[in-house]
Parts: sequence; C-alpha cells; structure tokens
Amino acid sequence: MATKAQSRITPLTILSVAFVIIWVIIASFPFLWTAWGSFKVQGDFFSKADWTNALIGTNTIAETGSAFTTAGYYGAWVQEEFWRAVLNTSIVVFFTVTISLTFGTLGGYALARSGYKYAFWLLMAALVFRAMPHITLVSGYLLPFFEWNIWGILPTTIIVLVAINQPFTLWMLHSFFLNIPKDLDESAMVDGCTRFQAFRHVIIPVMWPGVITTGLFSFLLAYNDFTVTRMLLSQENETMIPKIASFLGSTQVQGNVMFAVAAVVSATVPLIVLIIFFQRQIVSGLTAGAVKG
Amino acid sequence: MKHRTFFWFILPTLSAMVLFIALPIVSVAVQSLYIEHEQVLVVTESCGPFGCDETTTIDTEATAALRSEQPLGRFNGLGTYTNRAHLAFSEIGEAWRTTESLGDFFNELLNLPFYWALAFTLTYTFVVTPFVIVLGLAIAVGVNNLPRLFKGPTIFISLLPMIVTPLVGALILFWMVDADGVIGALLQRLFNDPSLSLKATTSLNWVMLIVYGIWSSLPFSFIVFYAGLQTVPHDTMEAAMIDGATKWQRMIHVVVPHLMPLVVFITLIQLMDNFRVFEPIISFQAEAHARSLSWIIYNDLIAAGNPLYGSAGATSLLTIIGVAFLLTPVLIRTWRDFNRKSV
Repeated sequence: MATKAQSRITPLTILSVAFVIIWVIIASFPFLWTAWGSFKVQGDFFSKADWTNALIGTNTIAETGSAFTTAGYYGAWVQEEFWRAVLNTSIVVFFTVTISLTFGTLGGYALARSGYKYAFWLLMAALVFRAMPHITLVSGYLLPFFEWNIWGILPTTIIVLVAINQPFTLWMLHSFFLNIPKDLDESAMVDGCTRFQAFRHVIIPVMWPGVITTGLFSFLLAYNDFTVTRMLLSQENETMIPKIASFLGSTQVQGNVMFAVAAVVSATVPLIVLIIFFQRQIVSGLTAGAVKG
Repeated sequence: MKHRTFFWFILPTLSAMVLFIALPIVSVAVQSLYIEHEQVLVVTESCGPFGCDETTTIDTEATAALRSEQPLGRFNGLGTYTNRAHLAFSEIGEAWRTTESLGDFFNELLNLPFYWALAFTLTYTFVVTPFVIVLGLAIAVGVNNLPRLFKGPTIFISLLPMIVTPLVGALILFWMVDADGVIGALLQRLFNDPSLSLKATTSLNWVMLIVYGIWSSLPFSFIVFYAGLQTVPHDTMEAAMIDGATKWQRMIHVVVPHLMPLVVFITLIQLMDNFRVFEPIISFQAEAHARSLSWIIYNDLIAAGNPLYGSAGATSLLTIIGVAFLLTPVLIRTWRDFNRKSV
C-alpha cells in the first residue's frame, strides 16, 4: 500500500536498490561460476591467462573435443566413489531428522505447556548448550567412543547429531507450540483424554507446519556438518562433506581439483532444490525466534 | 502440566542432551587433567670385549600395554593449562620482564599458540558481527523498496551463501581468489603485480576469512531484519511523515529503534556462531596464517598416531569459558526479565 509520497524516487532509494543489486551479484556469482566451471577442465577453471577461457572452454575443447566435459563428475562419482558418501549422508540425515523431531516435539510440547520454573531453566540450559562449539564436544567423545568400540559407525554419529540438534529444535518447537491455543488440548483432557492422548489426537494433527520448518533446519545441520562427521566416522563410512575435504588433501594434481569442484557442485544442488521448494518455511523459521522475542 | 507427565515428555530430549552435551563437557574437563604416557624406555647393557655399552630402546609392547591399561594417560593436574601451548604463564612472565615496550610484549604474546588463536577468534567475531548487522539492515531496507515481483527471487538468491555448507561455500570462494582463479587473476591485473597472492600474507588471509564470514552470515541478519521491517507500525511512520521527517530521519528515528530487539537477537546468535569459526580455515588452507580456537583443538585431535586428548581438553575447556563470558550479559538480562515477569 505504498502511497505516492512513499514511492517517490529519491537518491536514497536509488542508492539502496543499487546496493541490493550488488549484493545479489556477490551472493550468486560464485555459485554460477563454479557450476559452469565444473564442466570444464582444470586449465580452464583456473585460467590465469584469460578469464574468458573459463566461459568458452578453450582448453576443454583442445583436450576433449567439446566445450563441456563431465570428466570431473565421472572422476568424483565413479572413480573416487562419491556415491558411497552420498548414500551415507542420506542415511545420517534421514535418521537424524526423524529422531530429533520425535524427541523435539515431545520436549517442546512439554516445555510450552509447563508453567513451572524448571521449564525456564531447561530452556536456558539449552541456550548455553547451543553455544558450545561442536569441536569441544567432539574432543570429549573421542576417547570414550574408542574405549567402548563404537567409534566410526553411522549410528553413533546419528545420535550425536541428534543431541547437538536438540537445543535448537527445542527452542523452535517450544515457541511454535506456544502459538497453539492451550484450550485445544485442555478441552480434550476435560473430555477424558490423558495428556498423551490429547497430544496424540489433538496436537499432532495441527503441528505439521512447525515441524516441517524445524525439520528443515535439522536437515541443514546434519547435512552441513563437518566437525562431527569428520572426527567420528571411519573412512568407509565417510559422508559427503568430509569426503570433499579429503579430496583437498591430495594436492592440486591435474584433474584432481576438478573432482572436488564436481563434488562441491553435486553437494550444493540438493540445497538449492530445498530452497526452491521451502523458501517460505526457511524464512519463517529464521524469523520465528526473533520476531516473537 | 503435572511434574510426572512433564518428566516423561522431556525424558528423551533431556537424556540426549545430558549424555552427549553435558557429560562430554565433564569428560573434557577430566581429560584435560591427564597427559599422554611417555614411552617406556629400556636401558640394556651389553658387554663386549671392549667394555660395556648402554643402549636405550623403546619398549613398544610395554608402552602399548600401559596405554591400553590407562587410556587417559597419567595424571598431570593443571600442568597442561599452564604449559607453553595453552596459558603459558611462565612465558608471559618472561616476556613481560624482557621486553622493552608494550608492542614488543604483544608480539611475544602472539607467538604463543593459544593467544594467537584467541586473537584471531576474537578479531573475527568482533569484526564480522557488526558488519553483518549494518549491511544486513541496508540490504533489508533495499529489498523492502523493491517492486513485489523482484522480492521473491532476491530472497532466494540471498539465502544461498547461508544455506550452503560452510566448508563448501568457503571452498567455492577459495577457488575464485586462488592466484589462478577468476578474482585472484583479476586482482593481479588490477594491481599490476603478477606475484600478488591473497594466500601469501597474514593480514590478507585474515581479510579473506573475514570477508567470507560476512558473506556467509549476511543472509541471516538480512532475513530477520526484513521480517522485522514488515512489522514497523504504519501509524508512527505516517505521523513522522506529517511532521516533516525525511526518509533518512524516519529510518534513524522510527525504523531502527523498532528493530532494536532484533539487533540483540542477531548479535547473540552471531557471537555464538562466529566464536566457533572453523571450517573456513580448513577450506582456505589458511592455518599457516590464521588459527582459531576450534582449529587448534581439531589439530590436537587429528595429531597423527596419538591424539593429544589432554591438550585438546584443556583448550576446549578454555574455549567453553570464553563462550560463557560472551553469553553472561545475555543470560543476566534474561534472568532479570524472568524475575520481573514472575513478581
């Protein structure tokens, strides 16, 4: 509902729009450049002599006969068995999200409906836990996990990621359940439901929007994690992100860097698809904690 | 809700947090009091026709047995905390006595690994956070002025740097600023200096990491401010306009005060997240020039052969104390709010 006076073009407006345009370029250019370059050979992607080489693929044509090559992808997915890492990532992410949402909804619901002081202190403790750098926690896990012989396997990593995820999940679902009117489950209890039945039959059907939003962020945490997966998984159970990091360990041998570039692009695509479908939920999730204070 | 029901509802999440967040902190504290076993040395004397020779060999079997018997190592008290790799009290005292000026003293101080990492971590945290807040607000205001048609796509693109995996996002930038990459080569041409490399000097490395930090955190503050801008009261804005306030004055006197609670929120989250900066250092391969607290813990843990649990534990605990310092103002504030509400 912009009035005429508000929509008048002033130097300030032009300045701020120019600023946004610059930001959009800064935010998107690296991704476009890397995605385009992943179909070239290393000589083009790192073309010091002439940057247009990276666009038209001079060296790529010379080496492979065509302007686009999928050699990087073949090398990463087949030769270096990146598909195995993708499979591991899928397993870790799926179970982490499912388990942390189950734990989180139960806990978040309880915190939202309990008026006692300890609920507040639990939330505060969760906030402090949320601030712990992950690597400090990992340095506490390693020795016991080695002793108990549970280091290196996927279930250990999954449960650790679930735990690290809990503080955030609790806060988010707690504030979401506060928005569901108390009368809803209380009237069910007046009608003779127990607390759990009320939760099961009244709250679960209406909680999906909040759960989906929280689930997206759990997904991102598990998918993007490097610290935990790098330290707690053995080589054959490696997920995508530590795998990409290990590509870098092998020095910039001809072609090998392009494996990493292809793997990086492959790991980014699911995230872009995620934003396309869930942009609204991501935005509302980011602001949920903030706007409600 | 009854205590009993509450307990059953909270049990899964609470036990996960206690087992995998609270106990590891205790375990870290215990570990930091121990130090790795020394290797068991055996001195053998072999006597030949020309006299006796003493040879010292490492008894690998006994060392391994000792290590598996007491995996924690031997008790060291607070020794790890005060050694050169951590708080380094004796080295600081030495530097204080021997250096002439304060500048020299700080140079000596930054040669100590822990203080060097602390310096980078704090610089990173306290440079990135204000930039993210100011630039985020500027972008939010800009996007708010755009025609409706462009808002969705702009937000979509803006989300990318934040959503993408930190390690991957930093790598993408790293390849571009590489001396052979598109930005690196462009800079060389601009400054007409073919040997210019962002990776060569410490200050340029820090700048590069900080730029990455701002790039990857901006979307968060932008989105939060953008949502806040939608709730700016229309009446107040109109009243200010009738009173003759210019666009800029309305911005400073109406919009910014309205967004103040969001600034607190973003600052809190940003301090927590920036203090644990880690992945970009791996991606940028900048460990020769910039190390964060998280990075030195990681480095201790991946030490080939025998991880330095004691050293990692001590640094971890010091880091946790650092986090506690950062969080104290917020916790005190929340506690006061809570007490005011309950009175």
